[in-house]
Amino acid sequence: MQASKTIRLTAKYAGAALFGLFFLVNTKAANHLTTDTSKHHLPFVQQEIDNPLVLPKGFSYAIVAENVGRVRHIAVTPKGDLYAKLARPINGKGIFKLVDTNNDGKYDTSFGFGNYGGTGLAIKNGYLYASNDQEVFRYELDKQYDVVNLGKPERIVTGLINRRQHESKSIALDDKGHIYVNIGAYANACQEKDRSKGSPGKMPCPILDSAGGIWQFSVDLPNQSYKEGIRYATGLRNVVGLDWNQSSKSLFVMQHGRDQLYDNWPALFTQQQSAELPSECMYEVKKGDDAGWPYIFYDHIQKKKILAPEYGGDGVKEGGKDAINPTVAFPGHLAPNGLLFYTGNQFPAKYKNGAFIAFHGSWNRAPLPQKGYFVAFVPFKNGKPSGEWEIFADGFAGEPEIKSPRQAKHRPCGLAQGPDGSLYVSDDNKGFIYKITYKN
Amino acid sequence: MFRFLFLSFCFSSTYCAQAQQSSTTPKKDISTSINKGKVVYQTHCLSCHQIDGGGVPHLNPPLAESSWANGNVQRIIQIVLKGMSDRVPIDDEYYSNSMPAFAHLSNAQIADVLTYIRQSFGNQSSAVTATEVLAVRKKMQPKHK
Repeated sequence: MQASKTIRLTAKYAGAALFGLFFLVNTKAANHLTTDTSKHHLPFVQQEIDNPLVLPKGFSYAIVAENVGRVRHIAVTPKGDLYAKLARPINGKGIFKLVDTNNDGKYDTSFGFGNYGGTGLAIKNGYLYASNDQEVFRYELDKQYDVVNLGKPERIVTGLINRRQHESKSIALDDKGHIYVNIGAYANACQEKDRSKGSPGKMPCPILDSAGGIWQFSVDLPNQSYKEGIRYATGLRNVVGLDWNQSSKSLFVMQHGRDQLYDNWPALFTQQQSAELPSECMYEVKKGDDAGWPYIFYDHIQKKKILAPEYGGDGVKEGGKDAINPTVAFPGHLAPNGLLFYTGNQFPAKYKNGAFIAFHGSWNRAPLPQKGYFVAFVPFKNGKPSGEWEIFADGFAGEPEIKSPRQAKHRPCGLAQGPDGSLYVSDDNKGFIYKITYKN
Repeated sequence: MFRFLFLSFCFSSTYCAQAQQSSTTPKKDISTSINKGKVVYQTHCLSCHQIDGGGVPHLNPPLAESSWANGNVQRIIQIVLKGMSDRVPIDDEYYSNSMPAFAHLSNAQIADVLTYIRQSFGNQSSAVTATEVLAVRKKMQPKHK
C-alpha cells in the first residue's frame, strides 16, 4: 500500500554570528510506507524554530535529519550517506541508512534494517559494524556502500555481559583487523550493595574479569566471546565514546566516571565536590593498561588519582600507583558519549588530528544545575593534547540552565566525519542529525 | 480514576481498612506529611529522581505522572524497602540504573516521602501511612525470624 502526503522539510542554517538566518523549504514528496519493506521518506515535520547552536566564528550548521529515533552512534559513507544506530528499534529496525536523494543537503529517505537496538556503529574496510548490548555484527558493503545482504549479518562477537547497567557496547576498529568493544561495569563503584550509602567496595572487584574494560576481538572470526577475545584494558567503569587515533596508532576512550560521592559518602564529600568529581577522563589505552576503577577516581582539581571511598579513601588519600593517568580530565558527570579524532581538511589547521567529544549531559550534579549537553574540542599534536579543552558546539539543550535532564531538548551522542570534512553530531533525544561546516 | 483503581485494589487487599483510612486523612495531616516527606526526598531521592521528579531518561525512572508512583501502594513501599534492579518496563520504558534499598528509613519517613511524591510533580494520588509501610515490612521479613 502506498500513501502520499505532503512532507514539509524545514531546513535551518545558523552560524555563531548569524543566528537568524533560516531557510524554510516546503516540498512535496511521495511517502512510501509499506509494512514489509523499510524504505520510506523520513518523517520530517514542520516544527517551531528550534534552539540555535552556538559555534566558533566561521562555522555554521544545518539540521540534516529530524525525528530519526534515539540515534546513538553514526557513520557517514564516502558518498555522504549516513548510517545511524538506534538505541531502540523503530518498527523492528535498529539501523537506518539516511540518503539525500535530491541533493538538497538534507537526508530525505531512510532505509531500516537490523532488528536490534544498541549503540555501536562503525564503517571500516568495506564493512559496516553494529552492536546490540551483547553482540557485534558486521555487514558487507558494496561499492555504493549499501549493505549486500541485509538479513544475514555475520555475528563476530557474542555472549558479552549485559546486566542492565552500562549495557551499551561501543566499538572502534584499528588498521590491523581488530575491533575494540567496551564492556561496561554493571555497577557504580563495585560496592557490596550497589549505590548504597556507606557500602564498602568488594576486594578484589569481581566485575573486572568480564566487564569494566575494553576487549579486543578479530574482525574476521565468527561468534567470538570472552575466550577468543583479549581484555585489552581494564579499570574502565564505562566507555561510550572511543576512537582509534590514526596519527598515534592507538586507542583513546572516554570514561564515564563514578556517581554519587556525596549520596553514598556524605561525611567525606560536599554536594559541590560530588557535582564536580570525579573527572570525566579521556585515556589513551595500550594493551594491558589499567585505569584504576573502582579502586580510584581522578580528581582534576587536585590533579591526582584519589583512593575511592569504598576502598578506604577520604577524598585526599592517593591511590592507583599502577593505574594510568588520563590524557585529558573534564569536569564530572558530563557523560561523554562520542569521541572522534578529526582527520579532515575542511576545518582550520587547529582542528587537524584533534579530538571532538560529544557530551550527553549530566544528571548526577543535582541539586546543583546540570552540565554538559555540548560538543567539546581538544587540540592534539603528535598524538598528545597541545592545548586546553574548549566547548566547540553548545546550545543543544535549548535552555540556559538545566536543573533536570528531561528539560534538555537535544542531547549530543554520536559523532562522524563526512567525506568533505564536515562534522556530524547525532542527538538521541529527538533524533536530530546536525552537520557542522566551516567556511572562511 | 486513580481512586477507582485504588478502591478496586482495596477489595482484594488485607490493607483495605488502612488504605481507606489513608485516603480520607484530613488535609492538615497530609500537608505535615508532605512537608516532612519533601525533606526525605531531598536527602535520599532527589539525586537520581531529580528536583522535578522527572528522573533521568533511560537511567532513572520518573516519578512525575508515573503509573507506578501513582499506583499500587504496596508495590512502591516494597521498592523503597528493597530497592530495585529488575529489568522491567515502567510505562513502556526501560531504565538502566539500580535503586538501593532504603529499609533503614523509618516507617513514618517512608510514608511521608511516598505521600510527598504522590502529591507532587503533578501527581494527585492518595497519602501513604506508616501503618501501611509497617505491614509491607512485616510481610517481607523471612518467617523464621
